[in-house]
Amino acid sequence: MQMTRGMRIREAKAYVAQKLSVSVQDLADPVRMAEVRDDLDLGLVRSLPHRVKGIDAKFRIAELLDIGINCVNRFRDRVGKKFK
Amino acid sequence: MPKILTRMGDGFLAEVSEGELRKDLEEGTKDAAARANIPPLNEDELRHLYDIYRSSAKFTSVDIGDEVVLTYDAGTLKIRRVGIDVGRIHALQIYERLLGADTMELAHVDYSYKAVKPIVGNEQPILEQALLPSTIPLFYGAMPNLGIYSQPDGPVPNASELMPMGKIAEARAAQEEAVELAVKDMVYVGSAMYESGADGINFDTTGAAGDPDFLATLRASKILKAKYPDLCVELGMAGEFILGMHGKLEFEGVRLAGLYPHEQVKLAQSAGVSIFGPVVNTNTSKSCAWNIARAITFIKPCVANATIPIHANMGMGVGGAPVMDNPPTDAVSRASKAMVEIGRLDGL
Repeated sequence: MQMTRGMRIREAKAYVAQKLSVSVQDLADPVRMAEVRDDLDLGLVRSLPHRVKGIDAKFRIAELLDIGINCVNRFRDRVGKKFK
Repeated sequence: MPKILTRMGDGFLAEVSEGELRKDLEEGTKDAAARANIPPLNEDELRHLYDIYRSSAKFTSVDIGDEVVLTYDAGTLKIRRVGIDVGRIHALQIYERLLGADTMELAHVDYSYKAVKPIVGNEQPILEQALLPSTIPLFYGAMPNLGIYSQPDGPVPNASELMPMGKIAEARAAQEEAVELAVKDMVYVGSAMYESGADGINFDTTGAAGDPDFLATLRASKILKAKYPDLCVELGMAGEFILGMHGKLEFEGVRLAGLYPHEQVKLAQSAGVSIFGPVVNTNTSKSCAWNIARAITFIKPCVANATIPIHANMGMGVGGAPVMDNPPTDAVSRASKAMVEIGRLDGL
């Protein structure tokens, strides 16, 4: 949120918490956030089968946070061309 | 009277008394205040710093809930400095998954925009591949490094040789020529990396060659932001003071020589910079406590003047950390906690 919307840290935390339907306090809890990331397909630290990773996770992040992510948009354009 | 174990700016341990620690903090903040004509830290802030620096803990941190964004520059170089010879994409994954980085930066070992320009076609596929397995935002970064545009490394006459000869006009002309070349290189590389999907471009150690270096970066930032409005441009400085190597250069009517962080950030914002990384250099003859009080005094008005996120540079010899390749965690953690809690940063 800092990179895309220029938000300062408090504003960025509040925005992300609201979008993920968690509290700002939850953002600082790695145990709670691991659950949230798994539930919302945002990517995990551990590499597990059938879970989103890398670019897949970034598609979800862009969608949930309602932001544009450059590499996501370009990936979508590249893949989209081949399947038209 | 109990002694407090602390470190000097060169990293070596020292024992100080409570009175000596207090005196260092007071003198550090006064030094910064006098230089930049800004307010010193107040009594509450000095007391807070004193509590952090008198601690005997090996490691310290912010309170739960006060965490900030943790970004890295040139991480793909730094992992090799410790002898871990991994490929750069693996290095990025190590930082993301093992070291807790919130953003990372792909960088070439010859970490200057001038050096990257001729090989940018080789860097782009690495970035494009790196963006696929990574989840955190990925920057491409390098230094403006205007020094390498001077002969014998570069094409323009060497201003550092011309000045002692009294050829000031010629030295200024050479630096102005270097500015033009550097802007072209930074815009070229920045554009290529954005077109390859980079989440941001980092200009590291801006101002290292003085006011021409700062001017080139501001101009490159402005051009890139006009070309790509949604590009994140991060501008990290080299020091707290813009050296007047030219002395007469201006950006949007403001003379660059002599600017401190609270003034630098205004120009960075005007140039469209998305995240600003102020730097305060560490004095190796003084204690880390002196250095952090001084650093925060510079950073506080910078944060107050900012409308964009501020990520102060913390690490090897900056931000109150000792001047060494591998600063001890006791020193870095104290400085980081102090910077976040008193400096009110958006990130490190």
